[in-house]
Amino acid sequence: MVEKKKWLPRWFYQLASPRWCYQICGKLLPGFAVAALILLLGGIVWALLFAPADYQQGNSFRIIYLHVPSAILAQSCYMMMAVAGAIGLIWKMKVADMVAKSCAPIGATMAVLALLTGAIWGKPTWGSWWVWDARLTSMLILLFLYLGVMALNSAIESESTAAQASAVLSLVGLVNIPIIKYSVDWWNTLHQPATFTLTERPAMPAEMWVPLLMMVVGFYCFFAVSLMLRLRNEILRRERRAGWVRDLLLSK
Amino acid sequence: MNQPLNPQRRPAIGMGALFAATLKRDLKLSLRRKSELVNPLIFFLMVITLFPLGVSPEPGFLAELAPGVIWVAALLATLLSMDSLFRTDFDDGSLEQLLLSPQPVMLVVCAKVLAHWMLTGLALTLVAPLISVMLFLPAEGVPGLMLSLLLGTPTLSLVGAIGAALTVGLKRGGVLISLLVLPLYIPVLIFGTGAVQAAVTGLPLDGYLALLGALLALGTVLAPLAIGAALRISVSG
Amino acid sequence: MSFNSFTEFLSMGGHGLYVWLSYALGLAVILLNLVAPLMERSRLVAQLKRRLQRENQSP
Repeated sequence: MVEKKKWLPRWFYQLASPRWCYQICGKLLPGFAVAALILLLGGIVWALLFAPADYQQGNSFRIIYLHVPSAILAQSCYMMMAVAGAIGLIWKMKVADMVAKSCAPIGATMAVLALLTGAIWGKPTWGSWWVWDARLTSMLILLFLYLGVMALNSAIESESTAAQASAVLSLVGLVNIPIIKYSVDWWNTLHQPATFTLTERPAMPAEMWVPLLMMVVGFYCFFAVSLMLRLRNEILRRERRAGWVRDLLLSK
Repeated sequence: MNQPLNPQRRPAIGMGALFAATLKRDLKLSLRRKSELVNPLIFFLMVITLFPLGVSPEPGFLAELAPGVIWVAALLATLLSMDSLFRTDFDDGSLEQLLLSPQPVMLVVCAKVLAHWMLTGLALTLVAPLISVMLFLPAEGVPGLMLSLLLGTPTLSLVGAIGAALTVGLKRGGVLISLLVLPLYIPVLIFGTGAVQAAVTGLPLDGYLALLGALLALGTVLAPLAIGAALRISVSG
Repeated sequence: MSFNSFTEFLSMGGHGLYVWLSYALGLAVILLNLVAPLMERSRLVAQLKRRLQRENQSP
């Protein structure tokens, strides 16, 4: 028998065990927290003080440095939730279920932030707090999807059933998101085109998009911190009967 | 009398026969409870009646509103009847038997959804011309309305069944289903009303109908998978 | 630096309300997402410890 080759480093496989995941998260937390702090602070200072004002929208343009990162994060957080849910569903991995559950509230708050900043930005730009614009509407629908997953998760008492059911729902949502986006785009388009695309250089000057990139990366680091904090809580709560949790509590 | 039970002796039921049997059983059971059968239709009519009362009885305005109102009402009526799709089978245990049987669950699920659609979506489509007269929808729009409902409501039933399957184990699933399913209904609503509006203004319909058909095809392929998985989770939980 | 004075920085060319409201909300949401799990953790640890002590007292 040839031993199956391991393609990934050892710690990656260890993530599947709640105990090791708890410890690895604990080790990674400070690094991500520092990175998030530096990037967010630097990004905000740059965005508010040094970035030039937009020639059309003036200083209200500075809202983009919160609006775009939160919108990007809300979308990728849903993707992560669905992928983690699928992993939990297929390989019956407890940690993946916990990751999916911890993702939902963060993504929902990010969607709320993107909607609120979008509405506030809309007032000086379009003249009203709310416009039925395609991207704002898709974000609202994304928030509804998050709320649905969270409602289902809290309605089912058994933890494993709740995790599986919300994983199925988030996968159904994941399939639907491109369709919803396309249909809503087709229905109404008023918004400016996407700021970042992978294939083209951004249309705005470097002193505008570099802080934006900083904010996006900073938001991802913040997401990692918040996710790991929630994940550690979830591990403690579900593994409360395990010996190592008892030892951990007694040592405190 | 005391012959040992031998699974080999029972004739294996074919796929088509299984589908037909489930469809027949579900239709028969639903037709037995006449009140539940007409409830979605009454609801549909009532919601439609509320709009002229609440907004304005002026014909021109209502005609403009009609495509959206009819589609939203159809959507809500489908949703209302969704909760009972698996509920009775779950309560009397036949759902569990169905999941334990060697036959593919997806096929049975398809038959159940088809039966549900025949008694709600199809019925709504047939009532739609009457409603369109009440809302002063121009006569040119009626074929578009019926075609879009015919293609769109099966998708609503398929997607709604996912929600019903996920919540069947819960005591109060009714409100939760709408929360889970309504966001997923949005593309059907957009293309459905688009089709009716195009029909009213005399624009070609094929694009909208093709999109609705594409949604239906996608739903027919993927939704039974999700429904089957969701039923297994709900029943085992 | 795109502003000449502090008052100009605060007024944001007449859009001060919108910009500052957005950033306040952003800060609030970020802090909420960090403080809530931290508070949850201390609550959880205290609760689990209490349970552990109860179990140790009456085996």
